[in-house]
Amino acid sequence: MWAYIFRRVLATIPVMAIVALFVFSLLYLAPGDPAAVIAGDQASPEDVERIRASLGLDRPYLVRFGEWVFNILRGDLGTSIFTNLPVSHMIMQRVEPTLSLMVVTLVLSVTIAVPMGVVAAWKQGTHADRAVMAFAVLGFSVPVFVVGYVLAFVFALELDWLPVQGYTPLSEGLWPWFENLILPAIALGTVYIALIARITRATMLEVLSQDYIRTARAKGVGQRAILFLHALKNAAVPIVTVIGIGIALLIGGAVVTESVFAIPGLGRLTVDAILRRDYPVIQGVVLLFSFVYVLVNLVIDLLYTLFDPRIRY
Amino acid sequence: MDRRSFLQSGAVVAASGALAAPALSQGAAARTLRFVPQANLANYDPIWGTQFVVRNASMLVWDTLYGIDNTFTPRRQMVESEEVSSDGLTWTFRLREGLRWHDNEPVRAQDCVASLERWMVRDGMGQMIRALRQELAAVDDRTFRLRLSAPYPKMLLALGKNNTPIAFMMPERIARTDPFQQITEYVGSGPMRFNRNEWVPGARATWTKFDQYVPRDEAPNWLSGGKRMMVDRVEWIIQPDPATAAAALQQGEVDWWETPLNDLIPVLRRNRNIRIDVADPLGNVGCLRFNHLHAPFNDPRVRQAVAWVVNQPDFMGAVVGGDAALWKQMNGFFTPETPNYTEAGGEILSRPRSVADARRLLQEGGYNGQPVTMLVAQDIAALSAMGQVANAALRSIGMNVDFVATDWGTVGARRASREPVARGGWNIFFTWFAGADCTNPASYLGLRAHGDGAWFGWPNDPAIEAGRDKWFAAANAAEEKAACEEINRAACQSFPFVPTGFYRAYQAWRGNVTGINAGPLPWFWGVSKS
Repeated sequence: MWAYIFRRVLATIPVMAIVALFVFSLLYLAPGDPAAVIAGDQASPEDVERIRASLGLDRPYLVRFGEWVFNILRGDLGTSIFTNLPVSHMIMQRVEPTLSLMVVTLVLSVTIAVPMGVVAAWKQGTHADRAVMAFAVLGFSVPVFVVGYVLAFVFALELDWLPVQGYTPLSEGLWPWFENLILPAIALGTVYIALIARITRATMLEVLSQDYIRTARAKGVGQRAILFLHALKNAAVPIVTVIGIGIALLIGGAVVTESVFAIPGLGRLTVDAILRRDYPVIQGVVLLFSFVYVLVNLVIDLLYTLFDPRIRY
Repeated sequence: MDRRSFLQSGAVVAASGALAAPALSQGAAARTLRFVPQANLANYDPIWGTQFVVRNASMLVWDTLYGIDNTFTPRRQMVESEEVSSDGLTWTFRLREGLRWHDNEPVRAQDCVASLERWMVRDGMGQMIRALRQELAAVDDRTFRLRLSAPYPKMLLALGKNNTPIAFMMPERIARTDPFQQITEYVGSGPMRFNRNEWVPGARATWTKFDQYVPRDEAPNWLSGGKRMMVDRVEWIIQPDPATAAAALQQGEVDWWETPLNDLIPVLRRNRNIRIDVADPLGNVGCLRFNHLHAPFNDPRVRQAVAWVVNQPDFMGAVVGGDAALWKQMNGFFTPETPNYTEAGGEILSRPRSVADARRLLQEGGYNGQPVTMLVAQDIAALSAMGQVANAALRSIGMNVDFVATDWGTVGARRASREPVARGGWNIFFTWFAGADCTNPASYLGLRAHGDGAWFGWPNDPAIEAGRDKWFAAANAAEEKAACEEINRAACQSFPFVPTGFYRAYQAWRGNVTGINAGPLPWFWGVSKS
């Protein structure tokens, strides 16, 4: 097991290197010039050139790439072209809101979606099953921002139960932190719930038709025990896989959700940086997201062993 | 741990969390003004970053030697008195007594000298002063002198104007920073201190009242007069989504929204706790900008042809919607309803639109159907709207439009290219100028026409430049107006750009906030909250 983990961690190095090369090259080729944006309208071409030189944007591709990689290896992600703040500082400022949003969304989604999927499979063909499937179709079809607007309108504007926007750090109290995350987490989680519920239902249907389930029923095991102890555990591997893949979905969705609910997270940082061509910030955030995704995949792989004793690394 | 004890401990944690939350008293809330700015405060150096949002935020921290009032007259601000020699070549400025920086050090003449040196590198009027400068030096701690090689009658306007970059004063050690590098310390002598530790670019910026600020005795009037803060704290909350900002304002989560989306104004009007009014009476001037270096727009007849089919009501309808109070037809280039506005020579803009005249001019100008590359930023609603209307108008006269839908970042980079279209150049792009910048020729970039040195598009029209020179030399308002008429007449022939209309925008605030006044930027002094 430990050897496997070690091998996987080692394997992340070439993956991250490819990501780094890809991100850097893409930004190098992308149109747009931060120097022109910084220089403003009254600057002469010489001024723009001077800014470009001061930012190091006039140097050859390989020199810039080499320097960037060297700095990353030293733990330095660079300095934002526009804010003049270290990228690592900007990321640290934004990690908590995004992490909070993702954790709450994940917990909420799994808590709701798995029982939904189980019930749908158990009650296959009934109104409950159709209701779950209808919700799943709706969850897939309605964009995150629409769900967000509707939730904000109903629960914040009309009912005045929850705040419309913003983020309160956890250090300022559990409830102030949580109340700001409820609506964004539901909005972001809708598609995730739909995805997990569908997969849970499909996998459970397959497991419930297995011989050992029939045997358990014949032995007189209760319905709850059959569903949650025997069937769900055996259906867990595909469900966990989808939960892991869904993390990427959450990262993408967080960009929109953070904008709709004005949460100062990494998603908004990314969008702002892209619109302004703030290369060091874009590179830093994309690298971070890639690393998180690689890490999540590793954790998912390890979780398999927990649910299926036959899997050994 | 069993389920019951787990739930019990969870409840305790939740309760302790709730207790740990800071209680913001009603008094404290009333002393904090929460403001939604037009854009993200991505940097905080008003000389390095010339965006309006940086200028607006800088007004809180940094003070100016002079400030214009609502008649565009520069008034003394940090300066107590000034003296100009009879030949107009030597200016001597004396600072007010008791001015202090936020680090409690006194404001000295040396600080102002260093600040002006830095500003002069980046500002258009500053560059003119720099070219004439013989000496700029401190005489004593409160006095400094500027000696010129030729008179510069617009000196006080240059030092007190509201156009970016404003001549903000900074401590000498900060002002010594290269003008092309950002400052890293945000110390000013203005009415508010910047809370650097609370700054999250893209999300939030905050300021705390500077108790040692010495306001002038006069009533506040735009950039001039006593800047008395009625709140202890100002918070800027960046809202990337207009619908969310509208909801936050309705719920009282923010107090003041600088630029509400026009589409949301009816919703806000229905809320009796919200007040709405025009934000900036000087508004904006829409601009269809040509590249004068390459065919077909290197021929003035082709530019005139486009002017014949630019129907401002169509453009403005697309930009501001059906609210007729928000826009005006402009048959000239200067900001309507300001002293220098003139329609001299503007018949081509005021007469009924004429496709026939446009087609004739196109033919005379030798247009042969070549593609016209039109850069249209889709991420800025007003520019996207202008692009759509212009596309239809140009096609109606037979122009072969290559509509390039892109983002503003790309337009910003590509418009700097002087290459032909085939090598990455362009023919037309859209933008707008703040009406405050178009009240006179000094800061009106779009109306410069000195070829290679001019703004993107690089028009070359000696007649416009001659008029501009006359304005700078003008001794009184009548001479200034005459110079502007000359510029307008020339511009209506050569069309450095075609104005697509004059439009304004609303601002909105909660009913418990008072003292908000319209102006070219949001003034925070005098604003209070109950």
